[in-house]
Amino acid sequence: MRRIEHPELGIELWQGTLPNGLSIFVVPKPGWRKCRAAFVTDYGGADRRFALDGETYDTPAGVAHYLEHKMFDMPYGSADDQFSARGASANAYTSEAVTSYHFTCTDKFEENLRTLLEFVSTPYFTPETVEKERGIIGQEIAEDEDDPSWACYLRCLRLLYGDGVLGSSVLGTAASIADITDQTLYACHKAFYAPANMVLCVAGDVDPEAVERIALEVLPGAKVPLPERDWGPDPGLEPAETREERTMDVSAPLFCAGAKLGPAATGADGLRQRLTAELAMRCLWGRSAPAYLDLYEKGLLNDNFRFEASYAAGVGHITLEGESPDPEAALAALLAAAQRDIDPAFFDRQKKALYGGFIRLLDDFWELTESLADGCFHGFDLFDAPAVLESLTCADIAAWAAERLTPERVAMSIIRPKEERS
Amino acid sequence: MPGVFVTCIRTDKFRTGILSLHLLTALDRQTAAQNAALPGVLRRGTVSAPDMAALAARLDGMYGAHIEPSVRKLGEIQAVGFTADFVDVPGRDLLGPMAELVGELLLAPNTRGGLLLPGYVEGEKRKLIDLIRARMNDRAEYAQARLIERMCPGETYAVDALGDEATAEAIGYVALTRHYKALLAASPIEIFYCGSADPARVCAVMTDALVPLPRGEIDFGIGTDIRLNTVDETPRTFTEQMDVSQGKLVIGYRVGRAMEDPDMAVLRVTDALFGGGWPCKLSANVREKLSLCYYAYSELDLMKGIMTVASGIDPADYEKTLAEIGRQLQAVKDGDITDGEMTVARAAVSSRMLSLTDDPAALEKFWLEQNLLGLDYGPEELAALAEDVSREDVVRAAADIQCDAVYFLYGGEEEDAED
Repeated sequence: MRRIEHPELGIELWQGTLPNGLSIFVVPKPGWRKCRAAFVTDYGGADRRFALDGETYDTPAGVAHYLEHKMFDMPYGSADDQFSARGASANAYTSEAVTSYHFTCTDKFEENLRTLLEFVSTPYFTPETVEKERGIIGQEIAEDEDDPSWACYLRCLRLLYGDGVLGSSVLGTAASIADITDQTLYACHKAFYAPANMVLCVAGDVDPEAVERIALEVLPGAKVPLPERDWGPDPGLEPAETREERTMDVSAPLFCAGAKLGPAATGADGLRQRLTAELAMRCLWGRSAPAYLDLYEKGLLNDNFRFEASYAAGVGHITLEGESPDPEAALAALLAAAQRDIDPAFFDRQKKALYGGFIRLLDDFWELTESLADGCFHGFDLFDAPAVLESLTCADIAAWAAERLTPERVAMSIIRPKEERS
Repeated sequence: MPGVFVTCIRTDKFRTGILSLHLLTALDRQTAAQNAALPGVLRRGTVSAPDMAALAARLDGMYGAHIEPSVRKLGEIQAVGFTADFVDVPGRDLLGPMAELVGELLLAPNTRGGLLLPGYVEGEKRKLIDLIRARMNDRAEYAQARLIERMCPGETYAVDALGDEATAEAIGYVALTRHYKALLAASPIEIFYCGSADPARVCAVMTDALVPLPRGEIDFGIGTDIRLNTVDETPRTFTEQMDVSQGKLVIGYRVGRAMEDPDMAVLRVTDALFGGGWPCKLSANVREKLSLCYYAYSELDLMKGIMTVASGIDPADYEKTLAEIGRQLQAVKDGDITDGEMTVARAAVSSRMLSLTDDPAALEKFWLEQNLLGLDYGPEELAALAEDVSREDVVRAAADIQCDAVYFLYGGEEEDAED
């Protein structure tokens, strides 16, 4: 483990790679009660087709998430019970890009870490337990379909990517999960849960050397070949379709607009790409941005409005979500902002504010550990962020916006209240 | 200052400082919407930063500090004000300017002829109405709110933190200005700070910031009426329809006699054991064993003495789920609790409490509640108390928990019904 000091941030990072290929990051936080560990695999909902050992696999939508649910099963029962007996809380989530298993605890960190590494590296499925989970996941899918803003978001992804791997829910559908068996789960675990495809990130008052020692003891020692992924044809920069509307029981129209960012960069460029998008969106649409304030005052947006950039399956996209009596007018004004000049003093304040946000991220164990994992999978050092941010100019932001946010490159899904039906 | 209370936690642990200020007032159907609209209106502009753009520029210049309007319902008390968070690292001391801005937002809004600006009031009123209507967009929250409305018709607890649409519609700038002044004069004020500054300095900067605060006769009598028994002998059932594929079942209980002299640690452990922890009776049986739902959990309002259970289910499983939840509560009452379950529940509460000490925003919420409950112990003490809770304590606390109402939101064709 290597110790890297960041005195300007008042933080140190311990970093290492085990012979089996696992990357480890530890941020010691002396004096804190809580510890968080995240064991993350570079495998998400988008990784459906792959080749391993000369064999190709084409798995249905929803497998990565199904596998996440079943990973907690151990021959001795549920790994959950081990954590909760120690007062720790463990959970997991699956995104398009990754599956993350994590716990927070205030006691017995090393035992909890051992449990985490053990259960995630131990596939244990039977046809019966896999069958039983279908009902629970079915309810989760139903719940998502009832959630208007989630439904709106998924439809926007569908507009952007059509039938591509990013065009559907990470959870899959009742039909797509119907044929998942214990054998599907074993195959996916073998392909993507090898230590070389994973990262372990820890924050808390812990001994970094102990983290490394436990990982060496618990995880398999050999480095094995990783699968080759196939995300299908390049989705390009144009949306598959640009508009969709439907009605649901909602109080006001909801919208989700999206635009593709093209290939996701890696290394230092990856960090630059992320920060450019973040700063640009903040300048265009943040709580201080003239376009947002104007729409807020006109009653065309409210403080539900939010935006984000996501990166998965080798590409990126942004989404803008909100509630508006007139989504088309709101979107037109938001996009018009992308073609206008940005005031340099305003730009400098946004940079300062984003820097403040980065400083505070260092106290947010969830954001910190997940961001370290993201950096690891994309080959950049999170702690370079202040320097990269400092180097960004008003011209970078203007160019980013003008190029990507032309009306024909933006898709929007709208959910209108039932009585409105336009 | 009379009726102004300050809670300070001094620590160098965080890079984020928190400062909040809440006016406390009795929750009331007639005034709830006005109170809820107020922080939003005040947040639109002050004398020195007259609009949102000017306020945003000031906050961005302070490394992206935030000051957000805050509206909370705590039992039958409505707390309205602001929560601020800001970078708190050596060499960047933002407490002074943040305190000043909080004071200015509260006491020196942008006015014309002494009245709040009509445009700001109208805008925030529309936003409030949108928010009230938007409750239905989150099906689970909506079901929870509807249960409380239907379960507590004669109690102010039925009033939502945001008030209702009709009283929100009636908001006008002249009356709201009058209401604002009366609220400032009569409300006890709770200030919370967590950060690197010492308490004497926090009190000094807040005293400076609040110099113009008018203080009249302070309403110290506000509190929460705790109803121990159920409204009817048998639980009332309410159903409602919406285009949902997953049904939302919410059950409301009166905690009963355990609220006469409530032992917070025991009640928290009881809740964790039944449905508030993970795993717990509900997750282990309703979800894992019978696969009846994706989620089933309980929540306890310690101020009001009401426990709720929420679950997302296939409508076909309604009877089965309801029966199983009842069976699990009975098991707790009967002391059918393993040592393992006790250990898990105690550890869940203790760990949750200790985790709070690492989270300034959670500490803020915790202390406001403790102050309103009149309790002076912190999360660490509560964690220690939770470790000592016995099976007998839990059985005693659960003995008088009674189901008062059941609410079910589901998809389908029938008309709304009630029995």
